[in-house]
Amino acid sequence: MEQNYFHSVTLDESLCKGCTVCIKGCPTEAIRVQKGRAWITAERCIDCGECIRTCPSGAKKAISDPLSLLEKFDINIAIPAPTLYGQFSSGISCNRILTALKGIGFDDVYEVAAAAEILSRETRNWLKIQKEKKPQISSSCPVVVRLIESRFPSLLDQVVPMISPMELSARIVREKYKNSSARVGVFFISPCAAKVTDIKTPRGIESSSVDAVLGIKDIYKELSQAVGHVETEESLSIANSIGVSWARTDGEGSAVYSENHISVDGIDHVIDVLENLENGHIRNVDFVEMMSCPGGCVGGPLSVENPYIARNIISSRERVLQQAAEEKPVELPEGICLFWTEELESRTTHRLDPDYRKAMQMMEEMERIQASLPGLDCGACGAPTCKALAEDIVRGKTTETDCVFMLREKIRDLTREMIELESRMPPGLDR
Amino acid sequence: MNFEYTVSGDDYSLAGRASSDIKKKLKQLGIPATVIKKTAISMYEAEINMVIHADGGIIKVTLDPRHIRIILKDTGPGIPDLELAMQEGWSTASEEARELGFGAGMGLMNIQRNSDGLHIDTVVGEGTTVTIVLNMED
Ligand SMILES: Nc1ncnc2c1ncn2[C@@H]1O[C@H](COP(=O)(O)OP(=O)(O)OP(=O)(O)O)[C@@H](O)[C@H]1O
Ligand code: SF4
Ligand SMILES: [Mg+2]
Repeated sequence: MEQNYFHSVTLDESLCKGCTVCIKGCPTEAIRVQKGRAWITAERCIDCGECIRTCPSGAKKAISDPLSLLEKFDINIAIPAPTLYGQFSSGISCNRILTALKGIGFDDVYEVAAAAEILSRETRNWLKIQKEKKPQISSSCPVVVRLIESRFPSLLDQVVPMISPMELSARIVREKYKNSSARVGVFFISPCAAKVTDIKTPRGIESSSVDAVLGIKDIYKELSQAVGHVETEESLSIANSIGVSWARTDGEGSAVYSENHISVDGIDHVIDVLENLENGHIRNVDFVEMMSCPGGCVGGPLSVENPYIARNIISSRERVLQQAAEEKPVELPEGICLFWTEELESRTTHRLDPDYRKAMQMMEEMERIQASLPGLDCGACGAPTCKALAEDIVRGKTTETDCVFMLREKIRDLTREMIELESRMPPGLDR
Repeated sequence: MNFEYTVSGDDYSLAGRASSDIKKKLKQLGIPATVIKKTAISMYEAEINMVIHADGGIIKVTLDPRHIRIILKDTGPGIPDLELAMQEGWSTASEEARELGFGAGMGLMNIQRNSDGLHIDTVVGEGTTVTIVLNMED
């Protein structure tokens, strides 16, 4: 299990007011408010960015790598997520955006949308041979993979064991430059905070071929200026509509052409569907696309444009691409493996204790404590629910008096005791 | 350790809550994922049956070091021909239930397949008690 819990999603203490808005929305109950500020439990965080969306003070941030990293390499290659195309109005061509990337310091580009097209095809083939473990669950959203590891480990064997379009793009770039002695830097241009974490602690593969992840929002200003300054658009774009569609919900789902697929977006919906998958209620479906962000990657925390507008732009680009002459399929260069080499691990971040008997005792205690709490889930204690507070108490992280109601009761008991004591006289005076 | 749930018979959207809650608890206890999946499927099917075929009821779950025992008791219509009901594809589910994706006649079969013990006590006009047992170790 990883020792190093790096996370892109972090808290800016100086901005946190200690309100409790974020704790309720966290799908893994990873946040607590204590000592006037929020604390994110690293083992539980899956980098979904929900807290970034809900924090009223803007104290939750997604860290990505700085553009200055380009200096570390001799040749810099940008691999932009399909979502980048949703950040500029559809009148600005993909070629123009890619040329602008070269304008801000990159030597070359490879579109992640192109890799997505290859993976759509390969996933389609994979589904054909998967008769047993149905439905297969997409592994392209790193948040979903981490969520399954920690909350739905019984579904791990249904996750499609294929690398992501980002990873494939990086491998294609590496293959192209494999005989070069220059230091080649591969930079993912990302709407996604989880990908920042994913390249440092990847799943399914030993190490990532991506060197750094640049948030779209962090380079947006420079990039849009460069877009304005492009004089001649280079013909750089090879992506087709299928790959571009991966930016939005149901892009991947439709692209794998499964007879029967469902596409789910938004973390709450994802959780709901995972529950149903675990219960066996979802039958007769062979593929499930799952995207943690609302609307798909266009809703990613590092994107700039409103997700609904971005989605509309993506759709109109898809239409244009479909209408343009014939779409030339993107080829997979030889020698690149698309499959995972490492197994996913069940991450028992919610387990009370490794010893089952001990865990059982703790649970009994938890039930007892929970029954004594008011059940209002008010959040004043800094835990998302009364149940979560009960859990924190049995884990030894805090005490019952964190609950304002329990505290009041304690004070009342003490007061009663004091009044009682006050009425007593020293024996010598007591007649 | 015991847990008890009251399952309402008139809200389909709430059906499955008890199973979800037990599932969460088993995860906290560190029960193997394969056992959790079997439990989730069996209990969910039985809980749904209780809602769509009877009028809800009471679920009691007992955890001991070796077994998970789930007893679902309803006071619904009972099952006239249990052997028939156990057959794959046999269903008396209402149109309403079918629209929600239930009524394939798979539930009881699924419970049988996923559990380590299934016992059904049913009396027409009085109700049904379904007992499901699972072994803690895979
Ligand atoms: N608790 C119950 N009370 C009364 N009848 C029941 C009960 N449970 C099952 N049955 C009867 O047994 C039949 C078969 O149940 P089973 O769970 O196998 O299929 P189903 O519920 O009809 O469909 P599915 O489970 O696939 O959604 C039901 O259609 C119903 O007639
Ligand atoms: S939906 Fe896309 S942007 Fe959002 S977490 Fe998943 S992969 Fe990242
Ligand atoms: Mg049923």
